[in-house]
Amino acid sequence: MPVPLSLRVNGKAVSADVDPSTSLVTLLREQLGLTGTHVGCDTAQCGACTVHVNGRAVKSCNVLAVQMAGAEVTTIEGITPAEGMHPMQVAFKACHGLQCGFCTPGMVMSAIDLVQHHPHATDAQIREGLEGNLCRCTGYQNIVKAVAQGAAAMK
Amino acid sequence: MNDPKAGFIGKSVERKEDFRFLSGSGQYTDDITLPRQSYGYFVRSPHAHAKIRGIDTAAAAKADGVLGVFTGKDMAGVGGLPCGWQINNLDGTPMKEPKHSVLAEGKVCYVGDHVALVVAETAAQAKAAANLVDVDYEILPAVVDTATADQAKTAVHDIAPNNVCYVWGCGDKAATDAAFTKAAHVTKLHFANNRLIPNAIEPRAANAAYDRAGDSYTLYVSNQNPHVERLLMTAFVLGLPEHKVRVVAPDVGGGFGSKIYLYAEETALVWASKRIGRPIKWTAERSESFLSDAHGRDHVSTVELALDKNGKFLALRVHTTANMGAYLSTFASCIPTILYATLLAGQYTTPAIYCEVKAVFTNTAPVDAYRGAGRPEATYVVERIVETAARELKIDPAELRRRNFIKTFPYATPVGLTYDTGDYDATLTRAIELADVKGFAARKAESTKKGLLRGLGYSCYIEACGLAPSNIAGALGARAGLFEAGEVRVHPTGKVTVFTGSHSHGQGHETTFAQVVADRLGIPLDDVDIQHGDTGKVLFGMGTYGSRSIAVGGTAIMKAIDKVVAKGRKIAAHLLEASEADIEFANGEFRVAGTDRKKAFAEVSLAAYVPHNYPLDKLEPGLNENAFYDPTNFTYPAGSYVCEVEVDPETGVVRIDRFAACDDFGNVINPMIVEGQVHGGLAQGIGQALLEHGIYNEDGQLVTGSYMDYAMPRADDLPKFTVETAKGTPCTHNPLGVKGCGEAGAIGSPAAVINAITDALSHMGVTDVPMPATPHTVWKTIRAATRV
Repeated sequence: MPVPLSLRVNGKAVSADVDPSTSLVTLLREQLGLTGTHVGCDTAQCGACTVHVNGRAVKSCNVLAVQMAGAEVTTIEGITPAEGMHPMQVAFKACHGLQCGFCTPGMVMSAIDLVQHHPHATDAQIREGLEGNLCRCTGYQNIVKAVAQGAAAMK
Repeated sequence: MNDPKAGFIGKSVERKEDFRFLSGSGQYTDDITLPRQSYGYFVRSPHAHAKIRGIDTAAAAKADGVLGVFTGKDMAGVGGLPCGWQINNLDGTPMKEPKHSVLAEGKVCYVGDHVALVVAETAAQAKAAANLVDVDYEILPAVVDTATADQAKTAVHDIAPNNVCYVWGCGDKAATDAAFTKAAHVTKLHFANNRLIPNAIEPRAANAAYDRAGDSYTLYVSNQNPHVERLLMTAFVLGLPEHKVRVVAPDVGGGFGSKIYLYAEETALVWASKRIGRPIKWTAERSESFLSDAHGRDHVSTVELALDKNGKFLALRVHTTANMGAYLSTFASCIPTILYATLLAGQYTTPAIYCEVKAVFTNTAPVDAYRGAGRPEATYVVERIVETAARELKIDPAELRRRNFIKTFPYATPVGLTYDTGDYDATLTRAIELADVKGFAARKAESTKKGLLRGLGYSCYIEACGLAPSNIAGALGARAGLFEAGEVRVHPTGKVTVFTGSHSHGQGHETTFAQVVADRLGIPLDDVDIQHGDTGKVLFGMGTYGSRSIAVGGTAIMKAIDKVVAKGRKIAAHLLEASEADIEFANGEFRVAGTDRKKAFAEVSLAAYVPHNYPLDKLEPGLNENAFYDPTNFTYPAGSYVCEVEVDPETGVVRIDRFAACDDFGNVINPMIVEGQVHGGLAQGIGQALLEHGIYNEDGQLVTGSYMDYAMPRADDLPKFTVETAKGTPCTHNPLGVKGCGEAGAIGSPAAVINAITDALSHMGVTDVPMPATPHTVWKTIRAATRV
């Protein structure tokens, strides 16, 4: 039986009836139409579905929507300003930190969380911090470069 | 970066498509939900090999939300999934081609084989109902091992009683055998090239809709070549009229080969969409990707190199067994033959080469092209044997290579290719500098002090890209052409939309191709838009694979631009009241030679669409041209990779200390994108060498079926690469002088890594370490070598 749920998504109040087994990513993609958050593995190993919940990076395929009652959820759509881009998005573009783009929203969301908590992360720390996000295209080198550049721009 | 004056070719322009992806606005197949959408789920075989005694779908059909349940019986009138390349045996008879049913008919041949399609109102309902489909299996013994499949007591297919699909040969066997009898030294290795699972991060997905009003279909599918997909599906499997099927491959989240093929899933969806009367969407779960995406590699080879006393290569003899998996995937048969044996000359003047390939069926997922496709396997064969020979002869491995490099071009190899150009000495010299090989001895001494082993490995690869001259491919068994098509649509205002048959799924064509067009037409980059991936928009296309897009697709666009400019000159001549012969086109302007009389590109395009003052008696209005381009040769990117590793003998852990690459891709359009392609290829090649392995147990169960079991390279598994693109030797037979860069990293790197590891262990008498060189494998190798 669907249960009522209220939360905030990208700064706006959202109310929805969700099945208790619905994951957060399914709520975002299927019910709210926020398809920028991707599903790459459905088992919390690839990180393509990473969003922010109350300011921390969370793999949205691995939490239930009903756990989000009252939470503040931010997706890639939510960090993209009306004009221009977030400094981390700018850095990914400038450093060619993306190719096919599928892992990219999750990668950017993880990167923002990483540098918010570790603004002076070294390359090795960035690599370790991105361990939960798989990219098959870039070999990570330009992602690491982008995160460092994005971190500098966010200071 | 938008001003045409400075030109766009050779500039690291930021990508036009990036905002779309960075903002989450990409439209991948699963993002598309159609009105009255329904969802499909496939019942897959849990057994590697079994007869189907019966399928009871009654309970599933009655389950909540179910709209239909289909099995192989329902699709009995439908053709099998075709193989696009016929390989003949040594005696000239054709390969064995068992029917590859869309849904299994009476038998399943690998874990993940498609047994039934359940369609329901929601994905969850389809999945739940799939669990109610009761399949009565009679389990049969499984054939799994590549090397021994031809000796198995069980046949995967009745038409191939010894599981052999074909035995094919390439090169001069007699000359090769004769050369071995005269050799001063023979080096021999036996090794496997490990099975890989491609793992594009976007799982395969499809959404098929039937429109009764137009009696037509639309298929959205995560695919690298939508026209090929449509042709194969309509003409060879479903018997649908090609013009009534539109295939859209929208944003595609990585392919690496695995999305070239016509798969059962989208074929069944298209077929069922008419029966259901509603659009049906299916998106693979990751475990389905592992089980049913076409895998890569999986060879076992015996390799022998004959040398004279000066270290000159006399002959190379290779016997390879290649695993096809359970069925022949779309291009499976040509990978270990046409794209493999023909590359065995590598960068060397080896005068005699013979390669014999036995392709076998097993009860495993079909194996087909994966990034590099045959060429990584060939490079591994050549570069492992060359490095090993150098160690045996105590010749510096770089020096031995230089003694045997091809130095004059064009060069016809003994295995069928003619290299048009290259400079192998230059890339090797530069890679050695980039890797600071001079400092290696000192670094090794430091490692030794710490109780660690340090090794250095080279790999000098060549690849044949820009697939392919259609007539040559046809003579070699291809059942398709391999040209490319492009259309340049100039709008009245001088803005340009280009339609290309190439498909971008990460390669950045929307930027690179726009650079070519804007540069040639002398217009701002923002005035050019690249469209691809839709048979409803693009005139035709053979798609993207084999590092062919810029060399073949880019050239087709260039040919169309030439036609635009030629027509523009006629229009300008009329407007300027000059002779057409006197009109020059440069920097976006048509000019009467030697004068200041000129018309801008946009003035000419406007005249073409508002033809008031226009030679209507001689020239059609409009400015829209298309071209098909069929290459006259392959392109031959080449380069040198140097890898340095540190091995902990106590744990077997390998750390890549440095990896340097110098590639010759001919001319480069966008260096930033090219470098990114090399990075990605290196990651996949290093993944093959150190981490990745698709493993089936003896029952044919895939034991590496998740990201917990199949080790994908993660950010902290990889070193920082030093990558440089050589000034290079431009390709001589396409107008851009380009060769292609998508696969190089994956082709060249595995041998460099394993050569470095075996170098580190060579003092123990180790000559080979199997891939992937996991800590356990390396530790076992050290233990075996040092045990008294």
